[in-house]
Formats: sequence, C-alpha cells, structure tokens
Amino acid sequence: MSVEFELNGKPIAYDGPADTPLLWVVRESAGLTGTKYGCGVAQCGACTVHLDGSPRRSCVTPISMVARRAVTTIEGASSKAAKALQEAWVELDVPQCGFCQSGQLMSAAALLEWVENPSDDDIDGAMAGNICRCATYQRIRKAIKLAASRMGAKA
Amino acid sequence: MASLPVATRRGVLAGGGALVIALAMPLRARAAGTAAGAGAGFAPNAFVRVTPDNLVTVVIKSIEFGQGAATGLATLAAEELDADWSKVRLEFAPNDDSRYANPLMGTMLTGGSSSIATAHTQMRKAGATARAMLVAAAAKAWGVPVSQVVAADSMLSAPGRKATYGDMAAMAAAMPVPADPVLKSPASFKLIGKTLPKLDSAVKSDGTATFTQDVTLPGMITALVAHAPMPGGKVANFDAAAAKAVPGVLKVASVESGVAVYARTMAAALKGRAALKVDWDTSKAETRSSAQLEAIAMGLAARPPLPVMDNGPLPAASDAVKIVEGTYTLPYLAHAPMETLDAVMQMKGDRMDVWLGSQMQVKECEAIAAAAGIAKDRITLHQQYAGGSFGRRATFDVAFGLEAGRVAKAWGGSEPVKFVWTREDDMTGEYYRPMTAHRVRAAIDAKGQVVGWDHGVAGQSLGNFAAINTLNGQKVDGMLLEGLREQGYVLANHRIGAGMLESPMKVLWWRSVGHSHTGYVMETMLDRLFAALGIDPVAGRLALQEDERARGVIREAARMAGWGRKPDKGRALGIAYVKSFASYVAEVAEVSRGADGLPRVHKVWAAVDLGLAVNPDVIAAQMEGGIGFALGHVLHSEITLGEGGVIEQRNFDDYKSLRINEMPEVEVSIIPSDKDPTGIGEPPVPPLGPAVANAWLALTGQAVERLPFARGIAGKSA
Repeated sequence: MSVEFELNGKPIAYDGPADTPLLWVVRESAGLTGTKYGCGVAQCGACTVHLDGSPRRSCVTPISMVARRAVTTIEGASSKAAKALQEAWVELDVPQCGFCQSGQLMSAAALLEWVENPSDDDIDGAMAGNICRCATYQRIRKAIKLAASRMGAKA
Repeated sequence: MASLPVATRRGVLAGGGALVIALAMPLRARAAGTAAGAGAGFAPNAFVRVTPDNLVTVVIKSIEFGQGAATGLATLAAEELDADWSKVRLEFAPNDDSRYANPLMGTMLTGGSSSIATAHTQMRKAGATARAMLVAAAAKAWGVPVSQVVAADSMLSAPGRKATYGDMAAMAAAMPVPADPVLKSPASFKLIGKTLPKLDSAVKSDGTATFTQDVTLPGMITALVAHAPMPGGKVANFDAAAAKAVPGVLKVASVESGVAVYARTMAAALKGRAALKVDWDTSKAETRSSAQLEAIAMGLAARPPLPVMDNGPLPAASDAVKIVEGTYTLPYLAHAPMETLDAVMQMKGDRMDVWLGSQMQVKECEAIAAAAGIAKDRITLHQQYAGGSFGRRATFDVAFGLEAGRVAKAWGGSEPVKFVWTREDDMTGEYYRPMTAHRVRAAIDAKGQVVGWDHGVAGQSLGNFAAINTLNGQKVDGMLLEGLREQGYVLANHRIGAGMLESPMKVLWWRSVGHSHTGYVMETMLDRLFAALGIDPVAGRLALQEDERARGVIREAARMAGWGRKPDKGRALGIAYVKSFASYVAEVAEVSRGADGLPRVHKVWAAVDLGLAVNPDVIAAQMEGGIGFALGHVLHSEITLGEGGVIEQRNFDDYKSLRINEMPEVEVSIIPSDKDPTGIGEPPVPPLGPAVANAWLALTGQAVERLPFARGIAGKSA
C-alpha cells in the first residue's frame, strides 16, 4: 500500500507494508538518521518524533497511522522552542554520548509548546519516557529551564 | 558539519599545504609488568594538522562515547599550540597501532579511564611541536628572531607583522621538527583547567552526529542474527522457510553464533528473524538459574578456596570488640548502551571497509578481517561516534567483531552490510558485570580501630589480565579483588580469600569493573562497624584513612553536604569513598524513603581529586552522569537467569534504567592539584551505591546486602 504524509513540511509517499514502523520509514526510506533506534518497544524514547505536534514513539507507530498527517523529526525541528532548546543544549554541553539527545530534544520541544514555564514536575512528566544511559538528566533539566526563560524573555 | 569529525581517512594526514606533525615520542608504559606494552606504543604518532583555512584538526586516538575524551585530548594539544578554541576540530584516528596505540595496552584501546592519563604529555608535545614550527616559519618569513614572534589564538605576530596559523601552515611544514619542545608551566595555561565548550555538543544537539547506526551507503542491506536465549547456546538446526517468505528478506545463513537474516530494510529483517524457527543446542550452555548460581557463589565466598592475603585471624567478640557479619549478593548487570552493537562492512575484492565504534579499534578490525577471510592489513576503519559503551565495546575475545566478520562473509557480495544487534540481543546476549557474593566478618574496638577484617569474595573471572598469586600457589583474577586492599584504610588482621565461579555466562568489565562491587561491600561494612559503636561515619573514616588525598575528598564532600547538621525530617545523609583508576572520589547522598518504599535520593555532593583538571566541566559532567548511571543500577537493575538459564530481562521494561524523575541534584567539587591527571570515566560510579545504602542504614537501621535495592529492600524482583 502507499501512505502519503508530510515529513518536515514536505509531502512524502511510502510504498510498503502498512505495519512498517514510522521509525524505519524515516531512517531508511527518507534517510533522516537523527531519529534513533534504542529499544523498539517505546521504552527509551530515542525515536521520539512529533506527529501533528505531539510527541510520538516512532518505533511503535505503524506507518498506516500517519497517513495524511504531519511528522516532524529532529532535522525539521525549527519551532522557536526547538531552536531555544538546541541553543541551551549546546551552551550547557548537555550531550555525552549523544545518542538519545534527538529524542530528548523532541520531547522537550513538545513540552515547551504546551507549558511556557515548566516546573520540575512538568519536566519529570514530559521527559520520564526518555532514557539517557549517560544520565545527563541534570543538564537536560537545566537546559529546558534556560530555554524556557529565554523564550519568556523574548515574548 | 563539514569540518566536524566522523570519517577517518588514512590519506588525510599527508595533505597539500597542510602542516602535519608526525612525532616519534616514546611513552613509558606505566604499569610495571604489563608485558603487552613492551615494544609497542613508541612508534611515530600524528595528532595535529593545521590547514590553510586556519583550522586546527586534532586527531583523536580514543573512541568518543560520551566521556569527553575527544574534547580533553584536543584541549591538551590546543593549549600548547595556543590555538583559538573556536577553530579546533576533531578527527578520529584510523586503525593504526604504530601511531595510535594506548601505551598502557600496546594497542588502540579506550578503557580503564586512561585516555587523558596516558596521553596528556603526548598530546601537549604534539601541540607544542606544531607551535614551535609555526613560530619558526614566521620568524623566517619575516626575517626576525624567533624571540620576537608571538603565537596566540591561532595568530602569529611580530612588530609590524601579523599572520594566521593557516597562512603560515605550508611554510611551517618545511621547518625542522624540534626534538623536545618546551611545555608551558601550569600558570600560563589558557585552555587547560578552564570551562570550554565541548567540540561535539552541537552535532549531538541537531541530529547530525553520525553513529554507526546512521551510516548509510548505496545498496546497503541490513543483517540481524538470531541468538540463543541462554548463555552459550548454539544452533542445533533451523527452518528458514517462513523467514525467506517475508518480503524483503534476501538470505538466511548460519553463522556459528546464530542464524543471520539479510534483508533490504531493518523492518523486513526484524520480521524475517521473528519468523525463523531455531532449535538450540544447550549442551555447552548455562542452564542453571540465578538462584542456583548465587548459592554456589555464596558457598565459595563463605569458604574461599583461594587465600590471597592473611594478616592474622579475626579476634573474638568481647566487651571491647564488636563483630559485624555481612553476606552480600550483587547481581549480573548489563551495560545497555543506548546504541546497541552494530557495524557496517563492505568487502571489495581482497579489501574491506568497516564503519564501527569500538573501544579496541585495531583488535576489533583484525577480528572482523580474520572472520571474513581478509588480510588484517587490508581492512580500513572509519571510526564513528558510539552511543555509549560503559565497557561493552571492549570485549577481550572480540566476539562481536568475529560475528560481524562471519556475517559479512556469509553474505558474500560486495554490497555494504549493516549488522545490528537489537535491544533484545543486547540484553540477552550481553557480556555482563559478573554477579558476586561476598561474606565479610569485621571487628572494631572501642577506639574505632578495625582489628579484624575477614573477607571472602566469589564470582566469575574476567580473565587473566591482572592475575595475582594466591598464598597456595595458584592464580586469581585481580579484577575480582580490586579495591579490597588498596583503599588506604588501616585494617588489622586483614584476610582475603577468593572463589571462582565457573559458568558459560559471558562476563566483562562494566564501568568501574571490580570497584563496582568491592566498593559497595567495603564502604557499607565500614558504616555497619561504625554504627555498632555509634561512631560518626566521616570521623570514623578519617581516623582509619592513611592517604592524605583520600582524606581530602572525604573532608570536602562532608563540608559540601554540611555533614553534622540535622537533616530535614525523614531524611538522612550517607557517605562513601572509593579510589579507583588512581582517582579519589567521595560522595554524600541525602536520602528519604520514597513512595515506592525505595531510597529516594534528593541530592549528592561529590568531591574528586584526579590531579590536574584538564576540562573541569567535562569532569563535572562525568561526575553527574556517573552518579546517575550508578544510582539507576543500584535501585533497579539486575540480569537474572530463569529456568533453563534463559535470561529473563529483554528490554528496558524489565531492565529498568534511571529516569529523569529519579535523578538527584548533583554538586561537584574538584580538588585543585597539579599532579598528573588521572581518569574520570569510571571513578564517579563506585561510591554512589554505598553512600545511598549508608544513608538508608542511618535512616532505617536496615543494612542492604542484596542489590538492586528493589530486591534487597522490597524483596521483589526489579
């Protein structure tokens, strides 16, 4: 079957089995490798993308589910929140091995779209689905708060 | 992106217009008796390149998997080169022991927290040599004495003259190489000891950093291998019909360690592998359960057959002497790096290219080549960033490389093959931190002196890499015992015995190796002794401790935590100290009882003395991350064998990892020092578990002898 959807603002069509996980379509068919495979069972969050603006684990999302919908990956993350977060990530040197950070950033970007000034509890709630085996969590928390404060200041 | 690392090319160092520093610099292998180091590691090295675009490229011989070694090594070279940090770039070294061997190991190997410890002088000399040649070139070009040329921030200047390093690169290449360039004194450091932006943060924050998983080549196919569910199982026979019927599956082949499925895409490979029917030969497999293995280990620990040290018998208990007994069981642990093991391989006639992130670049490539039937000098490594490791990418038997080579050979074509382990492969086919059992009886007198310490430990051997002689003329794996004897405490009547558990279960060094279990037992036993007499854990440690650097970190962590204050209601403090890899770390944890009945760690204060602090912020990041890594494991993690030896954990749902809501605030203090730098990748890990356990003991009176806490406290499986 063919599934048409929008990937980072551009129309795309995928011809293949309807149950193919979005993750592999993004990585292999579209060649966008910023979204990672970490567990395949929605436990680690390394594969997080946005589906119509909401965070979604692409490893368990069948491609049929995204028909006529909009998918955003780290490569297309260009919202004000995403940019502010990326700046904060670099400024605070958040990444260690770096493998999970695309997923962390996509979860954080969705959080800042919803909550302007997230509390620690808000951050825990939005980010607890993203594992970082290097445990960069302290800096992730600080970077989210830094990005939020800058967005607030610019508004 | 263009200037950032990733691809590695042998030819790149012989560059037109570029100044390439090739150095012959002998580095003494430090560890006495490491025969492997003798005769290797003294060959010419090439680390620094200055190009006409005024960029400085530092060639990194370590793998970068998150510990910041790349930034650290680049800092050392850039310091002596007086480079502008914003113009410094990274490049990973090719597989070449003649230039890039770790002098401790005699081959390229990133491990033992040794990247900075073994290469700091080498990298500084590489930078200083480049600087001297640039200065000499400017002096010649301008007709002024060398003494009038100033080098700073990638610029050369003399009265009335100015040029960038890039401008002078070609000319500098023709200057004589100074035999022994002068190194700066610490007082004139501009980069070392300062907080610098890491060189890989940007590409790791926008999805452009390339890991092996991301390597994409035209016509590439994906391969998975179905592995036995129990350690040591082999393929008896298999039925590939259903797998071959999956659209996109191209081939199914036996590869000794399992059955390989080749497909056009990962999705097809996963479906194909799931459709395979494999019968496993368990004749050489581990089929015992964890409960059985633990009982055997505890029996060995209680009556250890290998005496290692005997300074006298444990005194009898009396009014003046209190005795505490501890029987500890610490589980098998998986490394579970975020990026599972993977490799991309392409055969081209008698040559092979491989894209890979291994801690043992040369040995892993040689293994791939050997298994694929390629001569070992005909394989070229393109080293990639690796998504974590914690020891996993350094298997001494290069089993992954051998399997990868067999997978490439069984494919047989010239198409590139991406070979991937799934998370389930990683969890169930791991090389694990060994499960260990400890039985300790220790005695303390009224003055707080330890008057006896009888310690039995048992577990599997990691190999004979650090074998030590026993008192009865045998050998024992020193890594099982590391940390039991050398922590600086005065322990009278110290007696140590070991027992080796034999099993087909594969075991491996896991971030901090033996210290990951010995530190827990030593430091919790100390607090139990102190508790028996009402001795303060900080004062008690300082009284027993002979090493001034150890005393320094213990005092500093206690000071940071406000040790001695009354904690908030329902909270308690615990301290632990462990020296590992020549770095000293003390940590204080503030703990309460969480809603789940487990320790809730609110804050950790950590002090480290690792000599000269090359990149303080990288060190702080390793302390934060190492503490989080350790906490996740002591709270939740264990690998267990169920009926028939089947590994019971398959993914992150049953091998739980620390998540952000459990991460404590971490505050770090680095003791100022101008001693030679030691490592930071592993040393933050060992003190965390015992610091939390000691706080728990203070809070509840309960000593936790079984990890993870989820099992040891709550009595349930994690």
